[in-house]
Amino acid sequence: MELIYLIAIAAVLVFGIGVVVLNRRRSAAAPAPAPKAAAPRPVKPPPPAKDGTAAAAVRAEPEHVPEPLDLGGERPTFRSRMSKARSALTGTLLGIRSRTGITTETWDDLEEALLRADVGVRVTDELLDGLRTRVKAKEIIEPGALLDALQAEMVSRLDGADRELHLEPGPADEPNVWLFVGVNGVGKTTTIGKVSALQAQAGVSVLMAAGDTFRAAAAEQLTTWAERSGAEIVRGKEGGDPSSVIFDGIERAAAKGIQLVLADTAGRLHNKTNLMDELRKVRRVAEKGRGRVTEVLLVIDATTGQNGLTQAREFGAATNVGTEGSGVTGVVLTKLDGSAKGGIVFAIETELGLPVKLVGLGETINDLVPFDPTEFVDALVTLD
Amino acid sequence: MFDSLSSRLEGIVKRLRGKGRLTEDDVDEMLKEIRTALLEADVNVGVVRNVVGRIREQAIGARLSEVLDPGQQVIKIVNAELTAMLGGETLKIHYASRPPTVILMAGLQGSGKTTSSAKLARWFKGQGRQPLLVGADLQRPAAVEQLRTLGRQIDVPVFSQPGDPVETAKRGLEEARRLGRDVLIVDTAGRLAIDAELMEQVRQISSVIQPNYTFLVIDAMTGQDAVGVAEAFHNTLAIDGVILSKLDGDARGGAALSVKEVIGRPIAFASTGEKLTEFDQFHPDRMAGRILGMGDVLTLIEQAEQHFEKDQAEKAAERLMEGEFTLEDFLEQMQSLKKMGPLGNLMGMMPGMPKEMKDAQIGDDQLKPIEAIINSMTPLERRKPELINGSRRNRIATGSGTTVGDVNRLVKQFAEMQKMMKRFGGMAKQQRGKGKKGKGGGRAMPGLPGGFPGMPGGFPGMPGGPTQLGQGLPGAPGGFGPFN
Repeated sequence: MELIYLIAIAAVLVFGIGVVVLNRRRSAAAPAPAPKAAAPRPVKPPPPAKDGTAAAAVRAEPEHVPEPLDLGGERPTFRSRMSKARSALTGTLLGIRSRTGITTETWDDLEEALLRADVGVRVTDELLDGLRTRVKAKEIIEPGALLDALQAEMVSRLDGADRELHLEPGPADEPNVWLFVGVNGVGKTTTIGKVSALQAQAGVSVLMAAGDTFRAAAAEQLTTWAERSGAEIVRGKEGGDPSSVIFDGIERAAAKGIQLVLADTAGRLHNKTNLMDELRKVRRVAEKGRGRVTEVLLVIDATTGQNGLTQAREFGAATNVGTEGSGVTGVVLTKLDGSAKGGIVFAIETELGLPVKLVGLGETINDLVPFDPTEFVDALVTLD
Repeated sequence: MFDSLSSRLEGIVKRLRGKGRLTEDDVDEMLKEIRTALLEADVNVGVVRNVVGRIREQAIGARLSEVLDPGQQVIKIVNAELTAMLGGETLKIHYASRPPTVILMAGLQGSGKTTSSAKLARWFKGQGRQPLLVGADLQRPAAVEQLRTLGRQIDVPVFSQPGDPVETAKRGLEEARRLGRDVLIVDTAGRLAIDAELMEQVRQISSVIQPNYTFLVIDAMTGQDAVGVAEAFHNTLAIDGVILSKLDGDARGGAALSVKEVIGRPIAFASTGEKLTEFDQFHPDRMAGRILGMGDVLTLIEQAEQHFEKDQAEKAAERLMEGEFTLEDFLEQMQSLKKMGPLGNLMGMMPGMPKEMKDAQIGDDQLKPIEAIINSMTPLERRKPELINGSRRNRIATGSGTTVGDVNRLVKQFAEMQKMMKRFGGMAKQQRGKGKKGKGGGRAMPGLPGGFPGMPGGFPGMPGGPTQLGQGLPGAPGGFGPFN
């Protein structure tokens, strides 16, 4: 309570004063600007527009997106799909290998390679400090051995995590619920579509709950995926309450004996208090009915920089049902087939203990694969 | 999260105190901190190397050992360098002499192209133009539908047709001519920048519609890859400017700096919120402080200007310094403050707020009991809380649904705060009397980023230690020690 008083008071004071002082200064130099009209920020999204043309537009489009049965062929390898990401580091790694010994440049190159992969300053320092000690102790002498040691160290940092997606058996009227969360534009809806197709393929009955009631046409996008993967879908009104849409979805699944509910949520920036509160409610309500939340998957875009760590922390806190720890049970790393390297997962796994469970290596359904640390690190730092 | 660069440098400087002069090693140690801060803000490694090199030259040239406060001096140099790199000029739109002015939007998947297209259309509308949006993203399911919905919200027509995106863009241009729309904004499919087929498609669209401006939409949260992406698009399309999306997140946005440096094109617009109105031309002067992790005071103050009643705030501040700030003033100010958005956001924008406060999950609902208590007081009680006796206390507690203890606590804390305000108010006045004000008046506020040295105790970041009053926000209270 004290803290709240303090914050309220401090903030009010600082603002009041800041405004006044600045106004005074400005008016000393120039006539004071007229205060602009106050427009209170709405907490709720703007009212939805009635969509009449939806159906036509949706049907018209998908062209490059796979048809229901086209799963995209074989499971892709990290190496083949991450080739664009790899090529950026190849020069640096070649430079290291071509030198006869381990020099200052070697360390600079290594550092640069790791930083370029978005591994982040802290993890990079830790990795390199460990290696430096071993080089000093003459444990490692050759540049080749140094790279191998780095690779082993990186893999061992990702070792031992539980990367299973939990689908717990139970009574037919108690569906598993997998909740997908993340910031805007990371690929939540697409990921749900693919997960749905993969689960359906594995013989699991799926229902999608279109909890993204904010972004225009998000539900249409999800519906397209539902049709393709043969899943049921529950939609609400645009601008409606996401908790109730997801609750309805779970109840419908329970009534029909559907095993798995995939719940979409609107993308939200993790520093928006009101939106994160909304997510807290979604998480709470998801367990109010007959379902059990067995996964909360945080979707992160591989291009994300150091902010990814903050995202993981904040979404973890918001989806947590107890008082401590993270509510997020796993990370889905999308768009790893671009030129980004996704190095932020090292920090997310080691500092927050959140395992990466799935990675997106391409557009087709089969391109969403389980995360494999060895393959991932190998694709990042091994030369052909 | 991260310590701000400012507090880190202060740490080094503190260790150096008493040494009398700075050696080159000391400077290097500071530069290392600067480098780390830039890397943590996602500035590209190569760009960081260049910047740090330039800062080093200036720092050594500046004879830091002779100035009173070398830490502040270094920050000033860094800030000036970053601001210069981000470019002082905002992009000025020159409209085509034969309308429409054609704008092509490009960017990665999920960067926010479609939303930015609509926001840009709204911006042009605000400039008195009549835009037409074209949905040429025929790849992502429902992308066109998203654009149509947004178009309806801002009352701007949207053209699209199924089939070939190049053909769609071309028809869109004809449509704009036919309807007499003077700005055409073409939204294209997102891509991973390296997909040759899609890159070829956007190149064809570009050659068909001959855009006057090609904007690249970049997510402010992008990491090291931003540079590669920007280069790839720039090589294919010749980018005229960058639109920075999702800048309302808490990412430091180092990508902006990197992209500007590498392709040499300005950041033209920035998206600062989910609402379609939250989008404007980019202010490079504010970005430097943000990249360095020093809050975004100017944006904060601008928002405050919109939502606070100027006269009311001024009077309240005046009373504050006299120690006559009442609960009524507080209630008024708090209500204005709440219009500015969730408290958590505002806290994040305050420079130098201590970690415990930033991390405290304060929802606006948590303020309700305070408001309720004050609302249950009579106007007289709000002005003179000392009148509140046992029976009044009971009435207030019942009326606000709180306990007598809660009411007591509020009144007591308020009284303590009032005392403190009076003290600092007096100090601030003295300082103002000395006439140190000339410096911070300009828009760029040169002293600002340096204005929040790590103040020990209380609210470290609250501006207003007596020596700094000329730079930050003078007159603000210097600390709330007894409350902590």
